[in-house]
Amino acid sequence: MKHEIVEKNLGLMIVLIVLTISGGFLAEVVPLFFLKETNEPVEGLEPLSALELEGRDIYIREGCHVCHTQQIRPFRAETERYGHYSVAGEFVYDRPFLWGSKRTGPDLARVGGRYSDAWQRQHLYDPRSVVPESNMPAFPWLFEDRVDHTKTAAKMETLQTLGVPYTDEQIAEASAQVEGKFEIEALVAYLQQLGTVISDKR
Amino acid sequence: MSTFWSIWISVIVLGTVFGCWWLLWATRKSQTTDTETDRTMGHSFDGIEEYDNPLPKWWFYLFLATCIFALGYLALYPGLGNWKGLLGWTAVNQWEAEVAEAEEKYGEIYAQYGQTPVPELAENDDAMKIGQRLFANNCAVCHGSAARGQVGFPNLTDDDWLWGGTPEAILETLHNGRMGNMPAKGTMPGMTNEQVDQVVNYVLSFSGREKDAEAAKAGEQVFAQACVACHGPEGKGMQAMGAPNLTDNTWLYGSTYEWIKETVMNGRQNQMPAQDRLLSDDQIQILAAYVYSLSN
Repeated sequence: MKHEIVEKNLGLMIVLIVLTISGGFLAEVVPLFFLKETNEPVEGLEPLSALELEGRDIYIREGCHVCHTQQIRPFRAETERYGHYSVAGEFVYDRPFLWGSKRTGPDLARVGGRYSDAWQRQHLYDPRSVVPESNMPAFPWLFEDRVDHTKTAAKMETLQTLGVPYTDEQIAEASAQVEGKFEIEALVAYLQQLGTVISDKR
Repeated sequence: MSTFWSIWISVIVLGTVFGCWWLLWATRKSQTTDTETDRTMGHSFDGIEEYDNPLPKWWFYLFLATCIFALGYLALYPGLGNWKGLLGWTAVNQWEAEVAEAEEKYGEIYAQYGQTPVPELAENDDAMKIGQRLFANNCAVCHGSAARGQVGFPNLTDDDWLWGGTPEAILETLHNGRMGNMPAKGTMPGMTNEQVDQVVNYVLSFSGREKDAEAAKAGEQVFAQACVACHGPEGKGMQAMGAPNLTDNTWLYGSTYEWIKETVMNGRQNQMPAQDRLLSDDQIQILAAYVYSLSN
C-alpha cells in the first residue's frame, strides 16, 4: 500500500483515524464497564442520604471539584497525609464522579470526620479565620440560602434508574428531610461522610 | 478479569502494535538512497511543491523501535488482560514497598518513642521535632500553627485544660476525641430573657466585669439551678465533662457580654475529632508529648 493512497482518500483516512482512536477506548475503557472490581460497591457503602446528596450538588455548583480532588493515589506521600488510597468500589454510586484533576487545595477523598462540624462551618464562612495562609474563597451565602427541596426526590429517582439502590421509601421521604435546611448543613453533611467507608488508619 | 475481556484487551493491544508495524512497512518508500532527490509528488498548490523523499532512516527505525519498546513493555508490565507481567509490578505492591521501606527506616524510632512515657518523651528534642511536624500536618488547621487556638478551638499552650492536661487525659483526647456540649439554656422552658441577662452578669462577676450588680446577684440563683451541674457551684468547671472553668479569664468563645449571652442562649457544640483512625498509636504518643511540652 502506498502512503499516497491514504493521503488522497478522505474516506479511507477517516476510517483509519477512527480505528486508531477507538483502539485505546476499546482496550482501556470499555472493559471497565463490565469488571467486578470497578462495578461492585465496597463493603458497607451506602447511597448518599437526601441531605448529603443535596450537599453534593452544592459541592458541584460551587465548583469545589475544580480545586479539590477526591482520589488518593497509592503513593506513600499521599497515604501518609490523606489516608488509605482510593479504590474504585467507593465511587460506584457517584454520578458523575468528582475525582477532579487539579489540587489547588488538599484532596478531600477522606476528609469525613477529620474536622469537627464547627470547623467546617467556620472554614466555609471565612477560610482565613482558621487557616491564615489559605487562598480558598469564602462561601457566606451557604449560611443564608435554603436547600431547594423540590427536586430532591426527582434526583434520587434518576439515580435509582441508574442503579443506585435507593428504596422508594427513601425517595418518598427525601423532600421532607431537606426542606428548610440551610445549604451549609447539606454541604457539611456531604463532606463529613466522604471516604469514611474504608478505614484510613495509616 | 474474565477470559473474554482478557482476550479482548490482548487482541486490541497487540493488534494495534502490529498494525502500526505493518502500516510503517507497507507505506514506506523505497529506502534505496539516503540522498535527497529532486523528484516531487507532482502536485502544486500556489506554486508550493512537495518533494518525494523517503523518511530518513533514523526516523523510520525510531518508529519501529517504539513498536519493539511497546512489546517489551507489555512483556514486563501488566498490559495484556490477565497477564501479570514478568516484573510482577502492581500499583499496590509498589506502594507497599514504599511503606515497607519507610517502616524499616523509621519504624524502630517510632516504636521506641511509642513506648516512652509522655513526660520523658517531651524532653526528647528529636521526638519533639517529629511532634512539631505531626502537629503542623494534623492539628494546626484548628489549633493554629503556634497551638494558640482560636475562637472555639482551645489554646494548647496555656495551663488551662478543658478535659485535663495530664499525659493520660491528653492521650485519651487524641485517641478517642472529645464531644463538648453546652446545652442551649436560653431556649429552655422556664428560662426568661431576664434570667439569661442575670446569669450572664453573674458569670461576668467571676472576673469582676458585671454590667449590673443587682442582676449579677439575682443571677447566682439562676446559675445554681441551670449551670452548677457542669460548671460547679463556684463556676470552676469540671474536666470530666469538659465544662470550662468560668473564673479564670480564659475564654473559648469570647468573654464579652454579647458572646456569653450567645453561648447561654444557643449553647455550644464543640468536637475534637478522634485521631485513632487517622494516626498510629506511636504517632499519637509523640503528639501527646508535643502537646504536653507546650505547657510543661
